Amino acid sequence: MQDPLMIGGVTLTSRLFIGTGKYSRNTLIPEVITRSGSQVITVALRRVDPESSDNIVSHIPSHMTLLPNTSGARTAEEAVRIARLARSAGLGNWVKIEVINDQKYLLPDNTETIRATEILAAEGFVVLPYMSPDLSAALRLKAAGAAAVMPLGAPIGSNRGLQTKELIRILISETNLPVIVDAGIGRPSEAAEAMEMGAAAVLLNTAIATASDPLLMAEAFRDAVAAGRKAYLAGLGPVEETAAASSPLTGFLA
Amino acid sequence: MNVTVNGKRQRIEESCRTLEDLLSRPEWAGKLVIVELNGELAGREVYGETLLSEGDRVELVHFVGGG
Repeated sequence: MQDPLMIGGVTLTSRLFIGTGKYSRNTLIPEVITRSGSQVITVALRRVDPESSDNIVSHIPSHMTLLPNTSGARTAEEAVRIARLARSAGLGNWVKIEVINDQKYLLPDNTETIRATEILAAEGFVVLPYMSPDLSAALRLKAAGAAAVMPLGAPIGSNRGLQTKELIRILISETNLPVIVDAGIGRPSEAAEAMEMGAAAVLLNTAIATASDPLLMAEAFRDAVAAGRKAYLAGLGPVEETAAASSPLTGFLA
Repeated sequence: MNVTVNGKRQRIEESCRTLEDLLSRPEWAGKLVIVELNGELAGREVYGETLLSEGDRVELVHFVGGG
């Protein structure tokens, strides 16, 4: 079944985006990529530690689309600075805008995120903003040139699932933009549910990285995302208040 | 001369004149880094010709694991 997702001129066959944080060892990452089937992977930008020699990029095969995030940014200007630094590495022009001022729930600042999106989209970046699921903000992000919107299901790393489901449903219905559920998904069933609703993709990190067996969990999420997408394309049957018999109601044995 | 690298002020020897010289020091050599000099991005192509000056602020960053 051909069902590609087109973002920023790239044709993706996998609708599972993954992160690279929190792994017990980074050498797991190549196998997680293989088992998840993912084609888009996030990284962060930080000062180089002279004591450490590990290079995360060396664990990421070159066929992957790299999605650097702007974590650590508190303003649009800081996000723009991080995005430009990331692009100068010569590993692509995608960026996940992440502007956060709330240290308890790590909720995104939509206003600053919209400003950063305007600037970076105008500079030719493929901009995927992490956002609170608000329709007005999503439409402004679209007008600013975002390639997709990435609403949170629940706070980052919380594994609490699709707490914002009704708001995400509205974004899917009204934005005519790929909606990628980012953050909060803890279980494959939640990823499947997001896809059944019509999300274009899901982005996960913690749920795989902190599983007892990250490789098996990567497979579980791959299967769940594929199942949810198929269900969306197939069209879910109607929900009824009362029973609707599946077997004929005539010709019973006497 | 004294320069500030990743927030730490340090004295560098006279022979370390350019960004390229700085990046060839053992603590940074062989690492894929992105360089910002006094708040401005410095591309790889200018490392050799970019002279360091007293009080320069250098940020050396790279990709790490993140979500």
